Amino acid sequence: MVVTTSIDSPAAATNTTPLARRRRRFAADKLWALAFVVPYVAVFLAFVIYPIGYGLWLGSDPASYRALFNDPVYPRTVVNTLLYLLFGVNLKLFLALLLSGFFMRKGWWSKVLLLIFMLPWAVPALPSYLSINWMLNGQWGLINNIIWNVAQVDGPPWLDSHGLALASVIYGHIWKWLPFWTLIFLAGRMAISLELYEAADVDGASPIQKFRLVTLPLMAGMYLVCTMLSTIWALGDFNAVRFISGGGPALSTHVLATLGIRNAFELGDPSLGMATVLTALPLLIPLVILLMRQLRRSEVTI
Amino acid sequence: MTARHRTRALNNIGVWLLSSVLLVWTLLPIYNIIRVSMQEKEEVLSTSVFPVSPSPHAFSVVFHQTFWLLETFWNQMGNSFFIGIAVAFLTLAIGSLASFTISRMRIRNGWMLTNAALLTYVIPMSFLAIPFYGIMGKYGLTNNPLAVIAVEVTFATPYAIFIFQQYSASIPFELDEAARIDGASPPQIFFRIYLPLMAPALVAIGTYALLLSWNEYLYAFLLLSGGKVVTVPVTLGKFLVGDEAPWNYLMAAAIIYALPPLLIYYGVRRKMHGGLTMGGVKG
Repeated sequence: MVVTTSIDSPAAATNTTPLARRRRRFAADKLWALAFVVPYVAVFLAFVIYPIGYGLWLGSDPASYRALFNDPVYPRTVVNTLLYLLFGVNLKLFLALLLSGFFMRKGWWSKVLLLIFMLPWAVPALPSYLSINWMLNGQWGLINNIIWNVAQVDGPPWLDSHGLALASVIYGHIWKWLPFWTLIFLAGRMAISLELYEAADVDGASPIQKFRLVTLPLMAGMYLVCTMLSTIWALGDFNAVRFISGGGPALSTHVLATLGIRNAFELGDPSLGMATVLTALPLLIPLVILLMRQLRRSEVTI
Repeated sequence: MTARHRTRALNNIGVWLLSSVLLVWTLLPIYNIIRVSMQEKEEVLSTSVFPVSPSPHAFSVVFHQTFWLLETFWNQMGNSFFIGIAVAFLTLAIGSLASFTISRMRIRNGWMLTNAALLTYVIPMSFLAIPFYGIMGKYGLTNNPLAVIAVEVTFATPYAIFIFQQYSASIPFELDEAARIDGASPPQIFFRIYLPLMAPALVAIGTYALLLSWNEYLYAFLLLSGGKVVTVPVTLGKFLVGDEAPWNYLMAAAIIYALPPLLIYYGVRRKMHGGLTMGGVKG
């Protein structure tokens, strides 16, 4: 009411000073907006765009790709990377989805368990991966010590064969990141209206039916986004391979991220290293496009 | 009645079974860190499962820096703290200013900034390590903590912008408008209205940035070659190079390194979960 009367009053309509003031203020606002975004724009240009451009330029030498494809380590690395993504990401997310249902249970025990369960995520990566490395040591590691004390037999040398070493790396990745994704799915489940489950109860649905017919359809979109995001992050994961298997035995468990660093810095060939990493682009680019579309769309709805 | 009793009993057994599996799964590597850190050198190379004669020897070595790799351990802890806090502060500053401009000042090309942030968010961090190394040489920032800070801020800020934008959607616009009518300038609105109301998100993102920095190894390893600027993870990584790593010292140092983020995480856990999961990944 107050606002309308002040606009209707002839004094305000004829007087142009407020309008001019507003215009001046508008210009000042624009300057402020500019000043506020300059830090981020500067960071983006200097530390994202420039490195991307420089990296593409480094990796643009065809000779590097010829050298890379002739390297016997490379095909194995590609297979390792795919296995790492396939098992690491999918096992982890599937377990996280199931576990998030478990943590929906009410009561103090569930809360305490969740606190403990979050530990791998809160402990920094390096201490954990180094611990897993020593824990899986064939001779004096905790796992084989337990096997020896229980069954009086020698456990396998976990990190000395290709298959077991790769499995160990995948185990380390799942161990470290399972809590984070469980938490994300837990939040997703909490957003589902309880009434839907109550209605399902009335209809006499079994727990499995409730999961399949209520939870799953409502979480499918989120699960897909998480799969893509997790795949991209796992693709760039350096620490798990570096500190659990070290890429060994005999360079057999490298993934693209670690082989790229090895080629660039241990072999001293940045161009070869960049070429190694860039061969992930056929997988990375579609993922990035799909994911950006999904994330942007979800943002609009919020 | 008996059938219901039976299902309940089965249910309970299932819960306890799953709980025990989860506990063993979660705690095994962590128990291993603690176990090895309490062992003497001879015991490290034995078939023991539980510590036979627990000793604080390894911790005392780390504390007094009497092992050659750990000679500057406390200095390295200081470096890790400095980098972590600087990353958290800069991420909050740059991220909150950018998201304030995009969502509250409604600038015309805000979507471009959002897309830039999204793009950075979906690039694997380690893939840019090789060009980054060359670029930092050109900027004259090799062996300078600023280089590591710059990288970590770059990769933490997009997520910050993402979360801030979603969080600020819950702050009513009328507040800004009322302040404008009272003649407040954009910085005044930013400091007096936006930041105080964003406090929970700021805590969540500050912790996130700190943890990100604490987890980071690759860039610190590449960009900090030696001397007084090295952080703890770089040293932990060096232990593996030798043939006979002194695992007890390594694990004792690792425990001390892991304590600050653990304390911070469990201190602000509730705020952090609220902030992270709210905007985190909504499909």
